[in-house]
Amino acid sequence: MHIHAYEKLWLAFAVILILLLIGSVTYGAVGPGVAMVADSEDQIDPGALDEDERFAEPRVEQVGDNHYAAYVIAYQFAFEPSPIVVPENSRVTLYVTSRDVIHGFEVAGTNANTMVVPGEVSEITVEVGEPQEYGLLCNEYCGAGHHGMEGKVHVVSEEEYANLNEGGETA
Amino acid sequence: MSAELETEPTFFDTFPEEAKVIRAAFLGSFFALGLGAVFGIIQTLHRTDIFRGLIESTDYYTVLTAHGVFMVISFTIFFLVGLFTWALVRSLDRPLVNIRITWTWYGLMVTGITMTGVSILAGFTDAVEMSADVLFTFYAPLQAHPLFYAGLAVFIVGTWLAGADWFRTWLAWKRDNPDERIPLQTFMVLTTMIMWYIASSAVAASVLLFLLPWSLGLIESVNPTLTRTLFWFFGHPVVYFWLMPAYLLWYTVLPSIAGGRLFSDPLARVVFVLFVLLSTPVGIHHQYLDPGIAEGFKFISMTNTMFLLLPSLLTAFTVVASVEYGARKRGGTGLFGWLRTLPWRNPAFTGMMLAGLMFAAGGFSGMVNAGMNINYMIHNTIWVPGHFHLTVGTAVALTFMAATYWIWPQITNKPIYSLQIGLFQVVLWFIGMALMSNAMHAQGMLGVPRRTAEPEYSGFEYPTAFGGFEELNIQIAIGGTLLFISTVFFLGNVVLTMGNPRVSGLAESIPPALSGPTDAPRVLDDLRVWVGIALVLVVLAYALPLAAIINDGGLLGPGVGTYPVWVDAAARALGQVAATAVSPVVDTLAFASSRVGDAAAAVSVEVFA
Ligand code: HEM
Ligand SMILES: [Cu+2]
Ligand SMILES: [Cu+2]
Repeated sequence: MHIHAYEKLWLAFAVILILLLIGSVTYGAVGPGVAMVADSEDQIDPGALDEDERFAEPRVEQVGDNHYAAYVIAYQFAFEPSPIVVPENSRVTLYVTSRDVIHGFEVAGTNANTMVVPGEVSEITVEVGEPQEYGLLCNEYCGAGHHGMEGKVHVVSEEEYANLNEGGETA
Repeated sequence: MSAELETEPTFFDTFPEEAKVIRAAFLGSFFALGLGAVFGIIQTLHRTDIFRGLIESTDYYTVLTAHGVFMVISFTIFFLVGLFTWALVRSLDRPLVNIRITWTWYGLMVTGITMTGVSILAGFTDAVEMSADVLFTFYAPLQAHPLFYAGLAVFIVGTWLAGADWFRTWLAWKRDNPDERIPLQTFMVLTTMIMWYIASSAVAASVLLFLLPWSLGLIESVNPTLTRTLFWFFGHPVVYFWLMPAYLLWYTVLPSIAGGRLFSDPLARVVFVLFVLLSTPVGIHHQYLDPGIAEGFKFISMTNTMFLLLPSLLTAFTVVASVEYGARKRGGTGLFGWLRTLPWRNPAFTGMMLAGLMFAAGGFSGMVNAGMNINYMIHNTIWVPGHFHLTVGTAVALTFMAATYWIWPQITNKPIYSLQIGLFQVVLWFIGMALMSNAMHAQGMLGVPRRTAEPEYSGFEYPTAFGGFEELNIQIAIGGTLLFISTVFFLGNVVLTMGNPRVSGLAESIPPALSGPTDAPRVLDDLRVWVGIALVLVVLAYALPLAAIINDGGLLGPGVGTYPVWVDAAARALGQVAATAVSPVVDTLAFASSRVGDAAAAVSVEVFA
């Protein structure tokens, strides 16, 4: 098969471009630790969330040194808990599941974004910085009231967080 | 190819029966385009809050389902079955084996899409308990009326029969011409159909084994991750099902309109073979953010996706080279000076060139989508519709409209009513899309979600980068309006053309490629080899993920409920909205203007798998 010289040049350029793209994503995955939502969690019965140890009471709790876990339920058409309150400069692992249909979980304007599928638990870990209020929204169509489905993520100062949890359950 | 001989009689003269089917397919397609455009402008003005008086926000999703289904199922696929019939019959230079079979598949497709369309449009009225507000992706456990799924199944079977019709005609030709190479256009039709059979088998399985029986109450529940994965098994290659007909036009028709000829026939074949092989084992790239699918599978899909850029990059080269060749034959000179000699007044030419240009832009935003990590920023934001209005919404749609100006006279013997209106219309589409798509990309960066009737929220405001949410809304609305006007001009032009008297002398020819098919290795034409390899690649990419999904959640899912949108949907939804709707509070403190960068840096996502 006859291939023109320019075609060969272009072909080489194309292959290099593709390898660079793959390389950059691979670097992103192993380098700065940007990774994927994966199937790290077991399946869950979406009809029996109130019997589940993590989701019966959607909440934020401390699980380690400066490490918090947030158990969040999405349902038509809200998130629970809302707001999700976490202390500043900490690491937060979010466990999100759905009680009914497929939803999205997007902290607006950030890359904290995952699908929420009934029967599955999405796990993402985020590093939060200074105190700030973020908007939380559902970005997957989930029914006629989808556009009203929103919540909040509050990053608060450590004092405020401690005050909020005075009542008791902090680890 | 036998093309040079064709200067005298038109397609209409030589194959009048086939011309009728093709015309019927095109008219079906244009009807859907008109409906889709009406819904398109309604939703554009609604979501940008320019005009919300026409529909309730809860009906927005009926509109959006209709827009998606009519545009990407009916408009595109009806056009392409017409185009493929033309390309195959023309390049084999023989009629279809049995025109009654041809009308049968056409009838099945019309019946199927009518069933689905009725089930969607019924969502506007409470008089019938029927609705299919599940969008064109129909993710379970939201459940549409059974008619919606049944219609889809009938429609797909129709396309399968169409493929069989073309394969039979080719086999008949092959018996008469045992030693000839498959003509290029026929090769393109057949390879595209191979891809379509592989791809659509998954969505057919999903509909027939799970969704339809479930909507009829025969099975209790479905596994949402499974049906979603089967959808995307089909959902990526379907993109190429829309795109391949545009490629066929760019490779074979565009160079001849430019006064040149295709650069290399063998390379065109290689490109189509690459699409057969690579377009299916990539669907998981739509599920980068799904729980329930392991990271490794996502990575494999990402790598395949990047390689899928290759055939498109090769196409860009060949198309530009072929057009340049045409320009130089017309006397064009200089590094870029040859561009001036091209037939820019011809709407068919200009439309396809502009479509190709937008496709290049779409390619760039596609690379961002494909990167697994960057995808977190824009997944399910309005960036994504911004992207695919460049690809399917322009590269494909504008190419089809432009091609109509060239092909319609040949299948009807009627000259186009006004080529000036045609030129105006394709340029208007380009401008409208540039505005709408650009602003959608920008809003996506701010986190504005897609598929949302009222993308402004009570509890927070978007950051004000790129001109800000409201200003971008205005750009989207202006762009969408221009697109709508452009569509009206297109349809009007077609209708007026139909009123023209038949004349003779409208035939156009397609000269053979500079480097002809004999330069191509024979194995390229051995379709069985490519089917085999394609199947192996699909099994490699999908066997393990599907096994894992079924193993984890079971065939029918871990007890997920059923959420029909068609049983008293309106009442149920209204109640819930009232309960959750919060009165709009303007919370200006929360979002400072510089927040986009900060937020991306401060909230870095990482997962410990
Ligand atoms: C008249 C011109 C058009 C206008 C004004 C328009 C407008 C829009 C808008 C604003 C959206 C986003 C809605 C949302 O996510 O909330 C959208 C979605 C969409 N459009 Fe268009 N569009 C046009 C033409 C087309 C064409 C030609 C195609 C394809 C051939 C197309 C395919 C789609 C699809 C598949 C969606 C996504 C539907 C979904 O999310 O379920 N559109 N369109
Ligand atoms: Cu939602
Ligand atoms: Cu895709």
